[in-house]
Amino acid sequence: MLDRRCDSVEKALEGIKDGSRIMVSGFGEAGRPNMLIKGLIDSGVKDIELVSNNAGAGYEGLAMLFRHKMVRKLYCSFPRGSMGAEVKKWVEEGGLEIEVMPQGTLAERIRAAGCGIPAFYTPTAYGTKLAEGKETRMFDGVGHVLETALKADVALVKAYKADRWGNLTYLNLARNFAPLMAMAATTSIVEADEIVELGALEPNIIVTPGICVDRLVTSRRIAENEWGTAA
Amino acid sequence: MTPLTREGIAARLAQDISDGWHVNLGIGMPEQVANYLPEGRDILLHSENGILGMGPTPPEGQEDETLVNAGKKPITMLPGASIFDHALSFGLVRGGHLQLCVLGAYQVAENGDIANWSREDNDPIASVGGAMDLAVGAQRIWVTMQHNDKSGAPRILEHCTYPLTGVGCVKRIYTDLAVIDVTPEGFLVTEIIDGMTPKELQDRSGARLRFADGVGKLLDQTRAA
Repeated sequence: MLDRRCDSVEKALEGIKDGSRIMVSGFGEAGRPNMLIKGLIDSGVKDIELVSNNAGAGYEGLAMLFRHKMVRKLYCSFPRGSMGAEVKKWVEEGGLEIEVMPQGTLAERIRAAGCGIPAFYTPTAYGTKLAEGKETRMFDGVGHVLETALKADVALVKAYKADRWGNLTYLNLARNFAPLMAMAATTSIVEADEIVELGALEPNIIVTPGICVDRLVTSRRIAENEWGTAA
Repeated sequence: MTPLTREGIAARLAQDISDGWHVNLGIGMPEQVANYLPEGRDILLHSENGILGMGPTPPEGQEDETLVNAGKKPITMLPGASIFDHALSFGLVRGGHLQLCVLGAYQVAENGDIANWSREDNDPIASVGGAMDLAVGAQRIWVTMQHNDKSGAPRILEHCTYPLTGVGCVKRIYTDLAVIDVTPEGFLVTEIIDGMTPKELQDRSGARLRFADGVGKLLDQTRAA
């Protein structure tokens, strides 16, 4: 019987190695898998290469991965934010490397990885310093930059409703990077607000088919005081 | 002679958005354009995190963490809104589907180059977000900005000195002093605030300005909207 549900967060996150590249869904707090992030912190995994549009904020959620010094490299489009001064300090101290790219390029690199496309040309960033050192080519008189697929060992994804096969729906703008990341990782781990009976999700509204999902747990809201303290 | 406020710049630009356009408003001053959209036009606002048909800020207490804009601020959905993932959202951008994108800028050059994401070459946390995708993708890029920076230096230049966001993409600039088209022959002023002479505007600009026949008055539209 195909059942991707796990009994616990620990089981859902089992086997994640130090040095793994991990994608985390979300745009700001919308669609952030905070229960899985908390589990990742508790697992103590080190030297993560993190793929996320932002670096997070405050003393909860994604930001805590940085505050616990678990992240070696960040692939993102927008590291600045309320934690910007600290992120800058961590980079200058040498503990954190950042690869900044345009947001649409980040999304398309992840999409390409999940779809078996090794590289693609995009007009974005042509003629700017973010294209320096990259292959370029003219199409119809317009300059384009060659970008490569960005895959990961693990994706941590937040969904709205799921079934035991891993079919997923998303709520509003919590969708953002989630469907792309679920396809782009070797192991995709999902926390869903609700896991419903097989057949309860109307096939026409499923956004991510279960084939893209490996492990599934029911989401729980992490309270502010559960995040503990860190640098 | 009264320069327009930030709201005044946004309100003036809003008058030029046509019925049926799909529009992305950049973070900062461009966001305020949403408050001055003319009545009676169906204008669909796009936000890069995956929505067309974005509505205004919800009343206090009715915020929903799954409804935020590109600046992570709370929004609502209009009837007829649609939701999509990030790749599709930027497909709409790069694919030329949006009739207009309004961006803020540090500098615009006379060939339409725009610099709006970073002011130093070695900033370790320089953050580009979606600006470069929007700059190359939308059918037209209009810029809202103050005509001069806080030190009085011009932001309308022959060449940008800050790192570029996009090459040759700006079509029109709305400042607190003037409305300026970017043409193959350079900057063309179409409106100027009451009481300012062409020479005064030229003195506050860093590239040669041409003036359209019958340059119009740049008016404060905040009350009209």
